[in-house]
Amino acid sequence: MSLRRVLITGSGTVSPFGLGREALINGLYSGSSAVTSLKEQWNDKISDLNCWVGAPLKEKLPLKSIGRKFRRTMGNTAIMGVLAAKEAIENSAVSDNIFQSGRCGVSFSSTTGSTHSLSSFFKEYYDKASLKNVSSGLFFQVMSHTTAANVAHAFNITGRVISPDAACSSSAQAIGLGFEAIKHGIQDVMLCGGSDELDAIVCGTFDLLNATSYRYNDHPEKTPRPFDANRDGTVCGEGAGCLVLEAEESALSREAPILAEVIGFSTLSDGSHLAQPHSESIVKCIEGALHNAGIAPGDVDYINAHATGTLLGDAAEAEAINKVFGDKAVPVSSLKGHMGHTLGASGVLELAASLAMMERGKLVPSLNFELAGEGCREIDCFKSVREGEINIIMKNSFAFGGINVVLILRRYKKDND
Amino acid sequence: MTEQTIAQRTNNILVELFELEGEELTPESSLYEELGLDSLDSVDLIVALEKEFGFKVVRSVDEEKIRAIRLLKDLYGFIEEKINQG
Repeated sequence: MSLRRVLITGSGTVSPFGLGREALINGLYSGSSAVTSLKEQWNDKISDLNCWVGAPLKEKLPLKSIGRKFRRTMGNTAIMGVLAAKEAIENSAVSDNIFQSGRCGVSFSSTTGSTHSLSSFFKEYYDKASLKNVSSGLFFQVMSHTTAANVAHAFNITGRVISPDAACSSSAQAIGLGFEAIKHGIQDVMLCGGSDELDAIVCGTFDLLNATSYRYNDHPEKTPRPFDANRDGTVCGEGAGCLVLEAEESALSREAPILAEVIGFSTLSDGSHLAQPHSESIVKCIEGALHNAGIAPGDVDYINAHATGTLLGDAAEAEAINKVFGDKAVPVSSLKGHMGHTLGASGVLELAASLAMMERGKLVPSLNFELAGEGCREIDCFKSVREGEINIIMKNSFAFGGINVVLILRRYKKDND
Repeated sequence: MTEQTIAQRTNNILVELFELEGEELTPESSLYEELGLDSLDSVDLIVALEKEFGFKVVRSVDEEKIRAIRLLKDLYGFIEEKINQG
C-alpha cells in the first residue's frame, strides 16, 4: 500500500483563555496574558513555592454537558480533553458512523492522570490508611491513559487507542503517532491531542527543578518571557486540544473542511540528559522532520517554538534553529508568554493556534519578548503581529525525559505532492 | 428504623449520587435495567449506604446477597437486614 496523505479536518481547544478556538485565537491576537497570581489558591497546599503564578482556565468547566456515566471516570484532565474533542468533531463534521467502524482511533495524552484526583486518592490513603471511601471512578481519573480512554469512551470509538504519555511533548507526539497510523493505512481518522490540568503540585514539580519563573510574582502578566533577556523560568498553565486527522480520500469524499496537511513528524530522544536540553539533539529532530516531510529548511515559513521561558531551554532551541535555518532566516515565536506552559496540551494548543495564523496570514509574536537574550539573538523573534503568506509551519515540542518532537504542517493543495 | 425511613434515605442517596429523578424511584424499579446503574455504581452505592446507615458490608459474607438484589425493594430489604444484624 502506498503512503497516504493526512489532512487536518477539525480542531478544538480548551485554553487558559477559555473554552473553544475563538477564545484562544482572540486571546492571542489581543496580545493579552492569561497568567495570573495563584498565591491565594496555592498557599494552603504548598507553602514554600518560589513561583506563585499560573495560567488556569478562565471559566468553569461545563461538567453537566457530559453525561454522568461518562463524567464519573473523568478528572479535569479528561473532561477538558473530551470538550476539546467535541469541538473538533463538530467543526470537522466527521460522521458518527466512522467512530464504530474500527477505522477511527484516538491518540491522546497527558503528563499524568488528573492531578486533583491523584491528590484526593493519596489524601484518603495517607490520612486514613484506607481506600474504602475512594470512589469507583477515581482510578479511571488518575490512570496515565485517562484522556485517551475517556475520549474513546465518550464518543464510542472502536479503533486503536494510543496514549504516549510524553510529559510536555505528549500531545505533539500523539499527533505524530496518529499521523503515522493514517499515513500507513491502519486508520482513516484519528482524534489526536492532549490535555493537562494545573495544580499547586504541578507548579511545585517545576519549582523544585528550578525551572519556574519567580521574579514576576507581583507582575504575573510579565512572565514567562520566551527568548527574552530577562526571562527567569516558565509558568505552568492548563488546557486541552484536539485535531481531527483524516486520510485525504476520506476527507475529500465527504467534502470536509481542510485546515492543513500534516507532512512531517520526528520524535527522538535527547539521550544524554532527562532535564537539560541539548541543541544537538534538537537539530537532529528538526532535520528528521524536514526529511520526513521531504522539504528543505528554506521552505519553512514560520516556526512555532517550544520556548517556555527557561534560560537553558530557550537558548538550546534558538541555537538549534539557527544551526538548521541560518541567521534570522525564519520568523519564530512562542505562545508561552500568553498562556504559560500548558504542558502536555501545549503542542496541540499551539498547533491549533498556528493553523489560525496560517489561515489569516498573521503571525502572533511572543508576548513579553522585548530584548533577545544571550544565545537567542540569531533567530528572528518579533514583537508585533507580522503579516504574510504562510504555507509551511514547523512546530517544536520538548519534554522532561529528553523527548523531542517536531511536526510540520503545510497548507493543503490537491496537486501538492 | 421504619421501612419508610429506609426507603426515603436510600432514595436520597440514589438521587444525589446518580443524578436520578425522585419520581423514577419506586419499590418495583429495577436498579440496573430501569435506573441504569452498573457495577461501578454498585461499588459507590455500598460505600454511601455504609456511611448513611452505619453498617459494614463484608464481601465474603454479603457478596451473594448483593448479587441477588435486582429491584429497589430488594435493596431496602437488604439494608433492613444489615441494620437489624447490628
